[in-house]
Amino acid sequence: MYDTQFSKREYSTSTRMEGPLIAVSGIHNVGFNELVEIKDPQGKIRLGLVLESAENTAIVQVFEGTMGLSLKETRIRFTGTPLMLPVTKKMLGRVFNGLGRPIDNLPTPISEHQLDINGTPINPTARDYPQKFIQTGISAIDGMNTLIRGQKLPFFSGSGLAHNKLAAQIARQATIPGENTNFAVVFAAMGIKYDVARFFIRNFEESGALENVILFLNLADNPPIERLVTPRTALTIAEHLAFNENMHVLVIMTDMSNYCESLREISTLRGDIPSRKGYPGYLYSDLAQIFERAGIIKGKKGSITQMPILTMPNDDITHPIPDLTGYITEGQIVLERELSQRGIYPPIAGLPSLSRLMKDGIGEGMTRKDHPHLASQLFSAYSRVKDVRALASVIGQEELTPIDHRYLQFGDAFEKDFLSQKEDENRDIETTLNIGWDVLSVLPKEELYRMNEEEINKFYGK
Amino acid sequence: MADKTVGKVKRIVGPLIQFESLRSTQMMELVYVGEQRLVGEVVRIDENAADVQVYEDTTSIKPGDPVYGIGMPLSVELGPGLLGTIYDGIQRPLEEIKNECGAFIKRGIHLNALKRTKKWSFKPVARKGDEVGSGSILGEIQETSLVAHKIMVPPNISGTIAEIVPEGEYTVDAIAAKIKSADGSVKELEFFHRWPVRIGRPFNNKKELSLPLITGQRVIDTLFPIPKGGTVAVPGGFGTGKTMVQQAIAKWCDADIIIFIGCGERGNEITDVLKEFPKIIDPRKNKPLMERTIIIANTSNMPVAAREASIYTGITFAEYYRDMGYNVAIMADSTSRWAEALRELSGRLEEMPADEGFPAYLPTRLANFYERAGFVENANGTSGSVTIIGSISPPGGDFSEPVTQHTKRFVRAFWALDRQLANARHYPSISWINSYSEYIDEITIWWETNIDPEWTKLRTEIMDLLQQENKLQQVVKLVGPDVLPDSQRIILETCTIFKNVFLQQNAFDKIDMFSVAAKQVKMLHIILSFHTNALKAIKKGATLVKIKKLPIIHEIAKMKFNISNEELDKLDKLQLALENSFEELDRKYV
Repeated sequence: MYDTQFSKREYSTSTRMEGPLIAVSGIHNVGFNELVEIKDPQGKIRLGLVLESAENTAIVQVFEGTMGLSLKETRIRFTGTPLMLPVTKKMLGRVFNGLGRPIDNLPTPISEHQLDINGTPINPTARDYPQKFIQTGISAIDGMNTLIRGQKLPFFSGSGLAHNKLAAQIARQATIPGENTNFAVVFAAMGIKYDVARFFIRNFEESGALENVILFLNLADNPPIERLVTPRTALTIAEHLAFNENMHVLVIMTDMSNYCESLREISTLRGDIPSRKGYPGYLYSDLAQIFERAGIIKGKKGSITQMPILTMPNDDITHPIPDLTGYITEGQIVLERELSQRGIYPPIAGLPSLSRLMKDGIGEGMTRKDHPHLASQLFSAYSRVKDVRALASVIGQEELTPIDHRYLQFGDAFEKDFLSQKEDENRDIETTLNIGWDVLSVLPKEELYRMNEEEINKFYGK
Repeated sequence: MADKTVGKVKRIVGPLIQFESLRSTQMMELVYVGEQRLVGEVVRIDENAADVQVYEDTTSIKPGDPVYGIGMPLSVELGPGLLGTIYDGIQRPLEEIKNECGAFIKRGIHLNALKRTKKWSFKPVARKGDEVGSGSILGEIQETSLVAHKIMVPPNISGTIAEIVPEGEYTVDAIAAKIKSADGSVKELEFFHRWPVRIGRPFNNKKELSLPLITGQRVIDTLFPIPKGGTVAVPGGFGTGKTMVQQAIAKWCDADIIIFIGCGERGNEITDVLKEFPKIIDPRKNKPLMERTIIIANTSNMPVAAREASIYTGITFAEYYRDMGYNVAIMADSTSRWAEALRELSGRLEEMPADEGFPAYLPTRLANFYERAGFVENANGTSGSVTIIGSISPPGGDFSEPVTQHTKRFVRAFWALDRQLANARHYPSISWINSYSEYIDEITIWWETNIDPEWTKLRTEIMDLLQQENKLQQVVKLVGPDVLPDSQRIILETCTIFKNVFLQQNAFDKIDMFSVAAKQVKMLHIILSFHTNALKAIKKGATLVKIKKLPIIHEIAKMKFNISNEELDKLDKLQLALENSFEELDRKYV
């Protein structure tokens, strides 16, 4: 895949090395963002990218790190192209590193196309608006934060919460009711532990989906700079599968927090001016370049749905990573420690979770007519539950009004029956909505002010 | 393109390129970099080098690549054909780019912003020999069925008309007229002209603001209104519904022209607008909304420098239509992304950062932008307005951050979006505690003469109740509502009705999505008279429980959905019914 014949544009004129960066001088005609091959004193080849190019010098960032390199004995070759990924459908079922090189001891799949991993922005006028409901089989998502094909819906989680289990369950269960289509899962692991990667692989194996999965593994002990390329590599093949091979691709990226940490590491080394908490000012633009690669294009059959996972440092949703992510993605599924500690799975927080594309994908002809009002009513009632619980913790349960008591009962029923489900429990949308009505029926009719008469007559207490 | 080589590239760092200048370059001059001709702007000049901020991805630009200049700053083309079009931040037509190079945007694409092939039918109004100056109207083109586009003499040109074309069909680049200036030189005018985006278009003078911009959103029009020509900031953390508020206003407000800038936001949101707007019929004029709208889409993954420019491109369009005598509303979503673009570029220029890494000139830039709003008398004697509605995305939803704080200094209304309201799915989630409008005094006269002489009184009354309720809620949080006397609990009750019925507005309900001014006042009347009557009844001995059981309350709760803008007499009937049912109740306690 790479031309290993070193050509004329090869230099051994490194002048400085620091962290993963090498300054090379006496060069000419080096393009910005160009791919670089670095031959270390042992003759092994490492890869890098041009970060800065000037008339005489270039700054190169080495993916595998600079350990063991020396100024004199390191040979640097500029390839003249940006980092490209050879793409083919044959990559399905295989395992690659973050740069897209196979690590499963099988030969490199042969491909005709090479794509620039940075991609190019989708023209907003070419996008098709996502509005096809994906049934995940999980009530809290399907009922209240519906996932739509072509959406980017992240998990905001915390360390120790069940985000991996939940992501795996969704990858297993996600379907579009009444449709039988080509689907693929692209899994990008960034800085996670081997056992977590193993957990996902085993999961895919067990569900027999492994031949539809492409894995990109950049584990915790792999070079952090490779982490910056991993999601881009993964999305490049996802775009190929979706827009050239007509497949519906679900991209799971975990853990985006590790990605951001790497970005901060590199930007500090480059001497960029930091903004919040030391993250570079372009963190937003950088994340946007990843997340905006989800979507549907008019006239193409495939689609890319993204499910990034990030762990909020210290469970803080205002930390720059979840904060900026939330501004880019179309909603978020927030996992809550309190629910998790009470043994509720999936511990999806009722109120801060949101799916922005939900409004156009639910209702008559898509899920069920009463779905929009039902979701709105559940949110509103559960929000009241939180208030009542706060009140009860101050004045004691005995002092509450009868209606507040009903709300407490509703809250418990909601968490026990609607929110909780088993790890292998796949509820169809009809079931989810019926459970929603069951728990709402704990409340008196008059409290359901977001439902209309007809819906109440048809479903209340049935 | 008639451009010359002005230098060659020396150094590339992301979107910033330094080049060695061979001839003198101007600050903010538009340049093209490399054989791909990437668009950029000169942002710093040294003795024989200059820095360019490039509006496109600079991958594979090399030292030594040529830089071309056209000797003029970043400008936009102003002429018929703008309406209904969707542009990127530097006025490249996205629809045409798609036809040219497919679904993904390639680099170095150059297309005319205004179509050169389309013929427009022009009706002259000026005649040969007329004295004309800046902004004088030469004639009209019906740009869309909603908007008559005035062909004007560009600013800073004056003289007598030596020649003007007769009525007929012309392309935008045809010659419309020849103007002979005082010094004898003759200037040929086309149907369009170029204007540098960073310079405000001239006008005669700014006028007082007195007309409200009716948005059809009750919480805005009644509680925190803005006038035509005003400025407002809409801050809110993610998921609080900024874009929803912006879109609702873009759909329903009574401006003549809408300019919607998607600045660093989501691609799918733009798609949503593109899908929705052609379908929505303007309730006042009965035409698709798209006919009065220009969209500028520089989504978050498009180059950051163009994001910085998009705000200026938008406001320049707005001023152009203002010059024709139209009321223009501009939605900038979001100004934080624009400020961040400034920060990113400033960082690359290695400027000294101020607050949170933002450059020290951030407030100056914000002030310049918001000051381009206003209700003005144009150079040609017409009057028009530019209203700016800028959303802010404060990090972590914290309003003490620099962009929100600085913006507050330059806007006179503030619609603070509230996380808790959004969590309870109370939309629009505009907080009635933290928001304000300084424009009340200016527009009271309009409301009182045109809609209801009691408007100020009603508004003050409900604002007062909301404040009282806020205080009472703090007590309730500690000890529960039961300890309050009924005369205070009724305040809670009225405010709950007011919030659920009046403030909350369903953007997807066919009737509720838009309320005319008269409906708003009538609804307010009903809710307040419920309060007065209930209070009276309680004084006479009725209990709150009894009052809450009145069937009329159900009808009040549903009035926003059941009574459309066309059948407002039903609201009067409801008001009567309300008074009757309290009379009945009262009779029991005499």
